[in-house]
Amino acid sequence: MNTKQRQALLDPLFNDNPIGVQVLGICSALAVTTKLETAVVMSLAVIAVTTLSNVAISVIRDYIPPSIRIIVQLTIIASLVIVTDQILKAFVFEISKQLSVFVGLIITNCIVMGRAEGYAMQNPPGLSALDGLGNGFGYSIVLLFVGFFRELFGSGKLFGVEILKLTTEGGWYQANGLLVLAPGAFFLIAIFIWLLKVWRPQLVTAE
Amino acid sequence: MEHYLSLAIKAIFVENMALAFFLGMCSFLAVSKKVETAIGLGAAVTFVLTVTTPLNNVIYNTFLKEGALVWINPEYASVDLSFLTFLTFIGTIAAAVQVVEMTLDRYAPALYSALGVFLPLIAVNCAILGASLFMVERDYNLGESAVFGLGSGIGFGLAITAMAAIREKMRYSNVPEGLRGLGITFIVTGLMAIAFMAFAGIQL
Repeated sequence: MNTKQRQALLDPLFNDNPIGVQVLGICSALAVTTKLETAVVMSLAVIAVTTLSNVAISVIRDYIPPSIRIIVQLTIIASLVIVTDQILKAFVFEISKQLSVFVGLIITNCIVMGRAEGYAMQNPPGLSALDGLGNGFGYSIVLLFVGFFRELFGSGKLFGVEILKLTTEGGWYQANGLLVLAPGAFFLIAIFIWLLKVWRPQLVTAE
Repeated sequence: MEHYLSLAIKAIFVENMALAFFLGMCSFLAVSKKVETAIGLGAAVTFVLTVTTPLNNVIYNTFLKEGALVWINPEYASVDLSFLTFLTFIGTIAAAVQVVEMTLDRYAPALYSALGVFLPLIAVNCAILGASLFMVERDYNLGESAVFGLGSGIGFGLAITAMAAIREKMRYSNVPEGLRGLGITFIVTGLMAIAFMAFAGIQL
């Protein structure tokens, strides 16, 4: 792998993390992080869609008239999301039920659109695939981080397996109900961004 | 009537699009730096939501739902086009935004220039598509979906305006370095979400 390929793949993990730094794709994700299981499935779906849409758009980038490119991109992304949704429904129906509308919302997930518009339109398919993969993983890292803490401390479980025995079941751990609710996710993301910026001070932006 | 009122209250406060479902977060974070623009975006989102949610409801019930094509020919009773839902909805939304844009440009130029670039961007706002998908999932009828669209829009507008006001004030506070910008915005959003949770359980 040369430098450019490595950059395309590894930069989005932390240095250019789609959620923490580029501020993309927060919309469709947070509601699925109350459990690690749904977070993993959602991550896989987003990785697949981002990579494939980046490749598809990059392959036909020279043939897309600039004036209708948004519609073309949206159609490609929507078709990929439909395929993903059908696959999820066929093989992991229970989880697909829990994800409910959020699979469909990958269409308007700004990461997919943002990478298609910002990267795949200018770069060859190979690089675009790596970029899509990298951004998908960068997004997954945040999702898994949030999902891990919300499930562990919110309901004392990981992947549905009991880790901390809850007081309601005669154990010692008092579940933190806040983490299961929406505000908990906001706080965890804030903490993730804070840690990221403490670790990489050059990312601090003045406002 | 009471049913609609209760649905609207629920959509505005209890199940606020931005604060309870994380929808429309991208623009919520990006456009909440100034109160004026936040109000503009809120108005545009409300407008588009009120138009597209009932519109998608009609399309879904006439064409896409399983057995919906019976009105063309009774033989089509088993046809299920619901896998086309995403593609159709996003198309409708993009088209509706375009129409709204042209109408405003022609008949309300003042509002049009006030909304500026936010209008076309609304097509990819997750709150809009989200409302339509929730409408399908919860099986709303035409009237309910119109009320739900309007309520969700008002709720989003309310949240983003409040957020912008807080951020304007926050410029004078001493925020820890790593939290500046995005980090503190998330924390404030979380606090707002807690405040909105106080509405839970309200019924009319």
